Amino acid sequence: MLASLGIILLCQLIGEAVVRGLGLPLPGPVLGLLLLLMLLLARDRFELLARGPLRDSGIETTSKGLLAHLSLLFVPAGVGVVQKLDLLASHGIAIVVVLALSVVVTLLATVLTFRLVSRLLRQQDAR
Amino acid sequence: MTDNPFSLWVYLSQSPLLWLTVTLLVYASTDAVSLATRRHPLANPVLHAMWIIGVFLLLTGTSYTTYFAGAQFVHFLLGPATVALAVPLYENRKRVVSSIVPMLVALIAGSITAVVSVVLLAELAGLPRDVVLSLAPKSVTAGVAMGIAESLHADPSLAAVAVILTGIMGAIIVTPLMNRTGITDYRARGFAAGLAAHGIGTARAFQVDEIAGVFSGIAMSLNALVTSFLVPLAVTLLVR
Repeated sequence: MLASLGIILLCQLIGEAVVRGLGLPLPGPVLGLLLLLMLLLARDRFELLARGPLRDSGIETTSKGLLAHLSLLFVPAGVGVVQKLDLLASHGIAIVVVLALSVVVTLLATVLTFRLVSRLLRQQDAR
Repeated sequence: MTDNPFSLWVYLSQSPLLWLTVTLLVYASTDAVSLATRRHPLANPVLHAMWIIGVFLLLTGTSYTTYFAGAQFVHFLLGPATVALAVPLYENRKRVVSSIVPMLVALIAGSITAVVSVVLLAELAGLPRDVVLSLAPKSVTAGVAMGIAESLHADPSLAAVAVILTGIMGAIIVTPLMNRTGITDYRARGFAAGLAAHGIGTARAFQVDEIAGVFSGIAMSLNALVTSFLVPLAVTLLVR
């Protein structure tokens, strides 16, 4: 459990360091995600790596524990809304309407594109 | 025992312990309500925890900075949780690899729609320029959006609020909206949720379906990448 958490933090740390160091326009944790994924894939390939938290799904259990309460992690930033009450009083309705419309349009554009492309691919395979 | 209850309050209200406890307990209750309503979209645990804690801060006259000194321990875990998304991705890698093409096309279409629609709508609504800029990165996760807003000389804390509002609205809307379209492909539904509503959408997707959660997590990570490039471009082209 502790070692697994250590590996997760290490992946994030390397991710942040590389992103800062090279000035990459991507968030450090996203690079950390790729690192952990490569580590898990490498473990299946090389038996040498399959020890400690990488054995017996130690890291899997810890990660799922973290993800089980993913929404909780957004609460502190969300409470930041109390700092913006005057702006929300003057433009709040417009902001909420704009965000709501945009999120609906985005959801539809994404889901429809995904379905369209996967249907086209399946037709191509059938032919 | 302190002889003056007020001095005890003054002490506790300045300590991180109180606000960390409040965050965890309020969320535990709103999450229990969400579970009791069988994850009804309107019982979104983040939404209700947010306003309950917000009202509590206003009533007690506590500043957000004081609150955050305690709540930062929870906030910090956003980074490790993003890294942890590697695990569901790894476990479902075969399904992910087999849908790589629809994913990438939907990623491009979705992230362009997310940025362009919000900028155009905000301009149409006549919102001030710095508000428009702060809303532009609203579909990516909080840390990234704040970084983008900063690089545009917009307001990072407003960007964070826009991100959370978008995430909550996306998480509330996604299930009824998708049911109405009649799409039952949980890869596509999850991907859309993560792209439009980042981590809050992903948390929602995991509640609905494991595969939806996995695709949502991927969409959220990829969108963070694409949006970092897209927002500066869209802003140059679209904002007066």
